[in-house]
Amino acid sequence: MTVKAQVEAVYRSESRRILATLIRLLGDFDLAEEALHEAFFVAVERWQQDGVPDNPRAWLVSTGRFKAIDRLRRQARFTPLLQEQAEALEAVEWSDEDVEDDRLRLIFTCCHPALAADAQVPLTLREICDLTTEEIARAFLATPATIAQRIVRAKGKIREAKIPYQVPSLAELPERLDSVLRVIYLVFNEGYSASMGADLTREELTREAIRLGRLLLELLPEPEVMGLLALMLLHESRRPARTSPAGELVLLAEQDRALWGAALIAEGCALVEQALATRRFGPYCLQAAIAAVHAEATTAADTDWVQIVGLYDVLQRLVPSPVIELNRAVALAMRDGPLAGLQQVEGILARGELLDYHLAHSARGEFCRQLGRMKEARQAYEKALGLTQQAPEKRFIERRLAELSG
Amino acid sequence: MKYLCLVYSDERLLHSQPDSPKDTECHTYAEAVQASGRMLAAQALEPVRSATTVRVRNGKLSITDGPFAETKEQLAGFYLIDAKDLNEALQVAGGIPAARVGSVEVRPVRELNL
Repeated sequence: MTVKAQVEAVYRSESRRILATLIRLLGDFDLAEEALHEAFFVAVERWQQDGVPDNPRAWLVSTGRFKAIDRLRRQARFTPLLQEQAEALEAVEWSDEDVEDDRLRLIFTCCHPALAADAQVPLTLREICDLTTEEIARAFLATPATIAQRIVRAKGKIREAKIPYQVPSLAELPERLDSVLRVIYLVFNEGYSASMGADLTREELTREAIRLGRLLLELLPEPEVMGLLALMLLHESRRPARTSPAGELVLLAEQDRALWGAALIAEGCALVEQALATRRFGPYCLQAAIAAVHAEATTAADTDWVQIVGLYDVLQRLVPSPVIELNRAVALAMRDGPLAGLQQVEGILARGELLDYHLAHSARGEFCRQLGRMKEARQAYEKALGLTQQAPEKRFIERRLAELSG
Repeated sequence: MKYLCLVYSDERLLHSQPDSPKDTECHTYAEAVQASGRMLAAQALEPVRSATTVRVRNGKLSITDGPFAETKEQLAGFYLIDAKDLNEALQVAGGIPAARVGSVEVRPVRELNL
């Protein structure tokens, strides 16, 4: 392998760890990013002369830090305040041992609830996953300028409001962890069920979300982290079966279960068991447990609906939400028949909730269809059609409507 | 680092909710912050009906009755604190009794460039 290829390999495997440590040592995201790139730039030349160091990561951190301090000193000739900053940075001691903590610090800082909700996801993807602003913009159907601006604002807030670069204390952990899990799950969901556009999934986002989940679990083996990773793995296992070769949406009940990823299911189910055994589980574990019950059924008809309804009951008590109630209604219909499901959905809509949620109207349409109430079914599906922006979903509903008039 | 914690609430509701803090509780909390060494200043304010707004335009002073802007929630008081970082400031802000009925905006203080 050429030295250049070796440097590239180190970049791929270590650049985020190095960045995480540099942010701590330099106390600033932008300064750390510049230092990171300078360090790798220098490495190409120096490693060619002196050989690759024993600990490339430590070498790169040390070089990046030195370069940043050096640059501050040179600028200090014009801005005396920078001299103090350079001296303060030079006084910081560091050892390569803290690297895992630094990665955790980076995660908690990018997902800090004091940052704008629409900035947490791009900042996380940029800093922790090393996606470019162009890649993030493409994934979220935004312009690169919008994404870049959100990232700049978030970094500005970290600096100005002095959001600390640290892992939260035990007292703050539950709330702060929620925020991290939410960001990861948002990334996953946007990839798994893209909210707009032509494709049903955007694989790169689900892949990054699962990678983040694995990293977090490695650093912080909390039950809800296990639950979230399990949930993502179990959903991901169904991806090959979720769309037909023509790109059409295939419902869970109609999926070819032979296409489900057995390794992902095994890993997901094991994590669910591990998480449930701690007895400190939360909403992610429960949702993963529901996905695991589906995964364990060899055919749709074999699904243990009694258990699924029971899990939804617990989930609804823990985090009451109309969306969970809707999912429970679907499970209830499978257990007790479409009329039971329909009554639940109509109850939700009558309260004025989920009126703009296409899946509520789709579910209502489906229950009416099964009950032979075709006129109501058609109205409900038409309502759903008007509410979804996603092309495969639209085509799915259109097919249902065509069947109803046929 | 200094942070200003601005306590906002709907004045008409501030003292009439089941969760509304009594003056003694507010005082006790202020003393606790003082004892922790983070307090720089804190005061509760009279209602906005007592407010007067002053502007100077083209060198001319104008005085009007009422607050700068009509808002749903009004400034009811403030804490000026010294905290290590935002997390510490948020902890102090979260403990202010009026946060239970209103909201607390936490703003870092900008040092003037002199």
